[in-house]
Amino acid sequence: MRHEVIEKSVNLMMVLIVIAISIGGLVEIIPLMMSADATDPDENIAPYSALRLAGRDVYVREGCYGCHSQMIRPFRSETERYGPYTTAGETVYDRPFQFGSKRTGPDLARVGGRYSDEWQRLHLMDPRALVPESNMPGYPWLADRKIDPELITSKLKALRLLGDPYTDEQIASAAAEVDGKTEMDAVIAYLQELGTNRRARR
Amino acid sequence: MTAFWAWFVAAGTVIFVIYCIWLITWSAKQGPTNKEDADLVGHKWDGDLEELNNPAPKWWLYLYFGTIVWALGYLVFYPGIGIFEGTLGWSKYGQYEEEMQAAADRYEPIYARFAEMDFDVLAQDPDAQQLGKSLFASYCTTCHGSDARGAAGYPNLTDNDWIWGDTEAAITTTIRQGRNSIMPSLAAALGGDAGVDNMVNYVRSLSGLVEADNAAMTAQPMFVALCSACHMPDGTGNQVLGGLNLTDDTWLYGSSEDAVRSTIVNGRNGVMPAHGDLLGDKKTKILAAYISSLSAAQ
Repeated sequence: MRHEVIEKSVNLMMVLIVIAISIGGLVEIIPLMMSADATDPDENIAPYSALRLAGRDVYVREGCYGCHSQMIRPFRSETERYGPYTTAGETVYDRPFQFGSKRTGPDLARVGGRYSDEWQRLHLMDPRALVPESNMPGYPWLADRKIDPELITSKLKALRLLGDPYTDEQIASAAAEVDGKTEMDAVIAYLQELGTNRRARR
Repeated sequence: MTAFWAWFVAAGTVIFVIYCIWLITWSAKQGPTNKEDADLVGHKWDGDLEELNNPAPKWWLYLYFGTIVWALGYLVFYPGIGIFEGTLGWSKYGQYEEEMQAAADRYEPIYARFAEMDFDVLAQDPDAQQLGKSLFASYCTTCHGSDARGAAGYPNLTDNDWIWGDTEAAITTTIRQGRNSIMPSLAAALGGDAGVDNMVNYVRSLSGLVEADNAAMTAQPMFVALCSACHMPDGTGNQVLGGLNLTDDTWLYGSSEDAVRSTIVNGRNGVMPAHGDLLGDKKTKILAAYISSLSAAQ
């Protein structure tokens, strides 16, 4: 077979490229999907409560991952600043995970409890009111927008369908939990829980 | 990973390496082996521009084989093939532990020396101050500012106004366990706008911002009844409870009429989060000494 046979048939080339790329996927991705290390939750890791799940969706919608990672790598420089390194087992309920790949701002994987609720609120409204050097944009509209209680119930049901162990009680009380809450409340509740189940150290 | 998937990875890896070797040796044999015998590929551009079907350059071939050798070497030394951990015994967790151990060997003696030092001496020690400055930059500046002068609601650490006290025990406790300063909303207790107005004026008169008129003075009994538990009857505050001193020029939430009114009507909830778990005792002590030194300079 001379190379022009492949070069002149886009279909054949496509098939061969797919095969070549699939081998990497088959060897690197599939075994990990089958591995308990990567798919079983760590100790103390539970699915997000309704309010926090709503906050997580706000976090995703606003593109926070564009500037904030949630992935502490196993280097001393990272664990000294942020806390214990991130493991696969603590992100099993993140769909999709928020590892991110860029840190214009700091990593947030262990930010829960580092600042007060009020600090988070003021900071999200106007970051430079608290940190003059900050180049983070403000998100004041979050304080005006309410969480949709019906939507959050559907989300919990959908996640249960995917295998997240939500109980009937959690789904039944989801709407009440977010009722009257703003997106600001939700995203703060989400942030304040990040990494708190992994904080024990020294 | 279970044995099945380990072998799956091993088989996939080995097969792919063999395939790479076969592919390059097989394709190198196709077509001409030297430039003189190369055929034209058959395209013609701009009338006379043609392309020869040359063999792959030798340096490129060797580079390709080089990558295969590299891959095999990697699989021998490092954990890459699923069923074998590699002769170096390397793992990212092991590398992390090594890094932490190396840092501990290097820094523990320094921390140990500071841990034994007297607090007041530590606050004067230039090395400890340097270290404290770095720790402060990493852990404290987000709220207290890179110059430690704070922001509205976040205390200035460079002045001599101490909310929870300036002793070693007080500062250490603040860092380790955090603090929660709750000022409750007093709108209802003051009975409407007039009562609030009088209290605002009375509170502001304590530090001489305004002259207290007769109306403001009517708030004094209310101040003693409602506020003195934390702020003391004369308004000088109480560091045991974190009650702010209202008679000085330092205003955590602002001294304007609006700010004071907001504090009285809505209350305040100041939180210093606990940092004990994150920092550990030795760093906490160095940081406490550094913070103590900031206002000693004043």
